[in-house]
Amino acid sequence: MKKVIFKGTLLPYLLLLPQLAITAIFFFWPAGQAVYQSFLREDAFGLSTEFVGFENFLDVLHDQTWLDAAGRTLLFSGSVATLALGSALFLAVQADKHIRGANAYKTLLIWPYAVAPAIAAVLWLFMFHPNIGLFGRMLNGLGVPWDYRLNGNQAMLMVIMASAWKQVSYNFIFFLAGLQSIPKAVLEAAAIDGARPTRRFWTIIFPLLSPTAFFLLVVNLVYAFFDTFGVIHSLTQGGPGKATETLIYRVYTDGVINLNLGSSSAQSVILMLLVVVLTVIQFRYIERKVHY
Amino acid sequence: MLRRSFGQAAIAAAALPLAAPALAQGGPLELQFWHGLPQPLGGLLEKIVADFNASQTAVKIAPSFRGSYPETMVAAIAAFRANQAPHIVQMFEVGTGTMMAAGRAVKPVYELLAETGVQIDFNDFLPGVRGYYAAADGRQMSMPFNSSTSVVFYNKDMFRRANLNPDQFPTTWEGVEQAMRALKAAGIEAPLTTSWPTWLNLEQFSAIHDIPFATLANGFAGLGTELRINNPLVLKHMANLQNWSREGLYRYGGRDNAADALFPSGQVAITMSSSGLRARISNEARFQWGVGMLPYFDGTPRAPGNSIIGGASFWTMNKGPRDTRSAAEYRGVAEFYKYISGTEVGAKWHTDTGYLPLTRASFEAVKKTDYYQRNPGADVPIEQMLRGTTSDNTRGLRLGGLIEIRNIIQEEMEKMLQGQQSAEQAMAAGTTRGNVVLRNFERANRG
Repeated sequence: MKKVIFKGTLLPYLLLLPQLAITAIFFFWPAGQAVYQSFLREDAFGLSTEFVGFENFLDVLHDQTWLDAAGRTLLFSGSVATLALGSALFLAVQADKHIRGANAYKTLLIWPYAVAPAIAAVLWLFMFHPNIGLFGRMLNGLGVPWDYRLNGNQAMLMVIMASAWKQVSYNFIFFLAGLQSIPKAVLEAAAIDGARPTRRFWTIIFPLLSPTAFFLLVVNLVYAFFDTFGVIHSLTQGGPGKATETLIYRVYTDGVINLNLGSSSAQSVILMLLVVVLTVIQFRYIERKVHY
Repeated sequence: MLRRSFGQAAIAAAALPLAAPALAQGGPLELQFWHGLPQPLGGLLEKIVADFNASQTAVKIAPSFRGSYPETMVAAIAAFRANQAPHIVQMFEVGTGTMMAAGRAVKPVYELLAETGVQIDFNDFLPGVRGYYAAADGRQMSMPFNSSTSVVFYNKDMFRRANLNPDQFPTTWEGVEQAMRALKAAGIEAPLTTSWPTWLNLEQFSAIHDIPFATLANGFAGLGTELRINNPLVLKHMANLQNWSREGLYRYGGRDNAADALFPSGQVAITMSSSGLRARISNEARFQWGVGMLPYFDGTPRAPGNSIIGGASFWTMNKGPRDTRSAAEYRGVAEFYKYISGTEVGAKWHTDTGYLPLTRASFEAVKKTDYYQRNPGADVPIEQMLRGTTSDNTRGLRLGGLIEIRNIIQEEMEKMLQGQQSAEQAMAAGTTRGNVVLRNFERANRG
């Protein structure tokens, strides 16, 4: 590998500066603010401030509704990742075959990625709203009591579907690229040896795809944890009851709506720690078992 | 400190292009006014501001739309923390408790008027409107402006189909239930819905029956208030809603005003919502409809009382934690408040928008025209506001964190309507969780 050596130290630091500045301003600064706020209890206007130590954290961790939200978030993220990865892999394998108009299919499958989360949610709302949605009305017409505004399970199903649908395109691109980089010769040799398509998929294609799949798993989990706010906000606002309130939505509600900055910051700090732990586990233990 | 100075710099940089021309020309003093009314209401409000600007030369009020009410509130609080608060901010009624406890962040209207010598006769204001924004001792804290209350809208065509009297809406819940059963029998799929679940079914319900929503005069008398929603009358109503929902008589339409869409499109026969829904119904409904007063349980002592208001008021804000305003700035704000409390301005705002008139004088002025003959039912909200005698239970609510409490109650009601818990469990859980919010607010605002 060719290495570029700079003379002196000024130029390299100068070249790094923009990235460092962005990281500092948009990551370290707000993160530091959150840590600072999480030890305080303040009124909304910041006129009276009380240092409370770890009280905000203890309150959050002893709050049954927060613990419920944590469990719910695991269920939600697991379902979104499974659904998005599974369907993307299926579609990628199909699109990788020699079919007429493969490029048209590929383009169409990639499109949803360009849709903003809130727009995606509105799309699903227009399909499944019990009063104005096409399928929602159809379901009710068929005698299925469909109303995600009052049925927690249906609401959860809605946000999982909408969030997963958004992410399928992204996964699809990566799986397709991964499939295309698998040498044809290996597959042909296996075919000559008499391996059927299913066997070829599970013993050759799937292991060779595992680096891609691992990478996508991480990305999908992070997406489900942090980027699904728009979908939930537009579709259910965490309701009915608290049926679709995930941890990230809770941070928003407590901070922006309820103006409880201390608790909201403590929750963000906990989420931040969670991500740190996840990352360490993934790169220390899981990554070793993946074939690169 | 770094944070604050950076925030200041950023906001100052953003505000500079606006402020610079006024300073350069030595023109009138510019006052910032943030509001949360979308079009067309926002346009009508900005027209009033433009008329005020044209009526004098000392100050120029610069209105700007800051998104929904909660967004406007969050923006104003953030701006205050960054020392760049607007002079006037429009704050919805549920934010009142938070603003009252905001200490030196706000300039109470009574202080403003005393210091500037501007006179506004609050005795002529509708008591329900004025009282919502006054301290417990009657001193005016914020300037009331756009107020609505809630009423019943019903579909007269459907009433006829069910052989009910289309010109008289039942006055009691017992009567409403009979009507609902008749409507259901006549093939109407969903007879009743209520918009704004907490406001209608608990806050207004408690006022109409003259029972407390919370202790200490609904929070008017202090921060140590506790919810009192777990009482027999509310439980009776909640159990009714749960049963009616199961029987298909009542349809839950979603949080906040999501249920508003159901009535104009003819999906429900009766809705209870903000009186401000009138404009939309006039535009969209393809059937004959009527307006009624909110019902009450027969035989309840002191019922029916007056309903309480929703809507918003104007708060005068200080610039920031360590900054105050000049006398000229306060004077401009006070003159603006005087202008909007004028009879003609108030009458025009009432007839243009359907919001309540601010003063009795405005109401009388509109009565002299043929407005109420041309718009039957438009005076029902006002008559409902003026009936009964105002008590501690019917003045309004003064609870910190009321936005959060409303959401908590909505959540518990949703669980109840799903059949996951009984009315007793819902109100008990709502009381416990709501009281946590009240205690946190009390603690954060003690000193």
